[in-house]
Amino acid sequence: MTTITTPTTSRSTSTTATRVLGTVALVLMAWVVVSGLFLTPADVVQLESVRIMYVHVPSAWIAYLAFVTTAVASAISLFRRHRSLGFDRVAGASAEVGVLFMAITLVTGSLWGRLTWGTFWQWDPRLTTTAFLFVTYVGYLAIRRLDGTPRQRARRSAILALLAVLEIPLVHFSVVLWRSLHQEASVLNTDGDVRLDGLMLFTLFSGVIAFSAAFAWFVVHRQRVAAMEDLRLTSGLDVALAERRAEAVPS
Amino acid sequence: MIRRTATAVFRKDLLIEWRSRALLTRVVPFAVLVLVLFAIALDSEPLVLRAGAGLVWMTTLFSALVIVQRSFELERRDGALDVLKTLGVDGTALFLGKAAALIVQLLTLVVILVAGAVVLYGVNVEPSALVLLVTTALLGSCGIGLVGTLYGGLVSGTSGRDTLLPLLLMPVTAPVLIGASRATESAFGGDAIDATTAWAWVGLLAVFVAAFAVAGAVSFGPLLDSDS
Repeated sequence: MTTITTPTTSRSTSTTATRVLGTVALVLMAWVVVSGLFLTPADVVQLESVRIMYVHVPSAWIAYLAFVTTAVASAISLFRRHRSLGFDRVAGASAEVGVLFMAITLVTGSLWGRLTWGTFWQWDPRLTTTAFLFVTYVGYLAIRRLDGTPRQRARRSAILALLAVLEIPLVHFSVVLWRSLHQEASVLNTDGDVRLDGLMLFTLFSGVIAFSAAFAWFVVHRQRVAAMEDLRLTSGLDVALAERRAEAVPS
Repeated sequence: MIRRTATAVFRKDLLIEWRSRALLTRVVPFAVLVLVLFAIALDSEPLVLRAGAGLVWMTTLFSALVIVQRSFELERRDGALDVLKTLGVDGTALFLGKAAALIVQLLTLVVILVAGAVVLYGVNVEPSALVLLVTTALLGSCGIGLVGTLYGGLVSGTSGRDTLLPLLLMPVTAPVLIGASRATESAFGGDAIDATTAWAWVGLLAVFVAAFAVAGAVSFGPLLDSDS
């Protein structure tokens, strides 16, 4: 018997706390947009393209945070019997948000690379590992959508998430070793380091906080929606039976 | 007990393979066809010679997808996997047996593909490089075989398994593809990689094989459990 706890008594997935969190995220985002686009100066070397960093760096940070959250929640879900489905839903929600932010990271990184290096993509270890990470978690999300009971899904996806933890260092190490044997791109290779003044650093930091708040907001809501989906899946038959019975009772 | 069960599963899988001849009649022709098509697509003899090692392993990976899918399709048909679970067959033994059978098939395929590369691409294998080539072929087959069995078990019995397996398997096998290709490139007499570096790649393959042998042996049983 699968037990599922209903997160809220109403059909809404928001509470006062999440509304506050969402508002904080929105206000901070607005500040990052204004500061990143208008208040901060252009970089000496990278000119206006440095503004992409205010989205790129926080996105990358959130993607990694999300995948670590998925791994930790998956491990807890696998080794704990009590409330394991709750942790599984957090793992799934976090992975979904992580894939979204990793996609943003890859797209913004490519755009920045085109402007700075003159090319959309370089076979650099960090970029290559990031691309593998992205594909791996797209696969993880596909596994979560497979048929089966919530418990089967929880176990299957938790094992896959832990295998990803094993896989990523191996992929990264092999790519580092692979690239170390090749000559670096000599024409387009420019120093990607950014020297930041005070306001630029503050905007970047604000971006990290804003994206973190948005991440938390997304994950809380997504896992509550997932809980409702599970509830509908497991109690759907009972509800249908009750409805048919009610129809049979003479008024 | 685990060893006996694993041996029984291993023998069963190879016996089915031997009687159906699926590897020889379908997978090997497919693999050779891919080798030929790669050469046509690249349309340059020096390029094909340079890329030969990578193409051999890429073809092995494509063919592995076909073999893994067939292997688990056989288990799924008539509920064979459910029967094995009902009989209380140990998950670790099942994993090791199936992985070993897959490795044998992959190794056979790699030998045929290397011969194909010698004939079609004109690569040259020096006798001194044979030890490196054999070790790479063995570890590369083990790596793909172990991961293939693990992920094949993960998606077996679910809808959409045909499309999911490549998506899951390809990123995980990237270290095997890179490592085995580079080591084989050295064995094929490529100038870019010396023997020391080639053996470093073999070391990486060994780490990969050890990691996924343990991971598979531990997690295969829980993966196959239908519910708890």
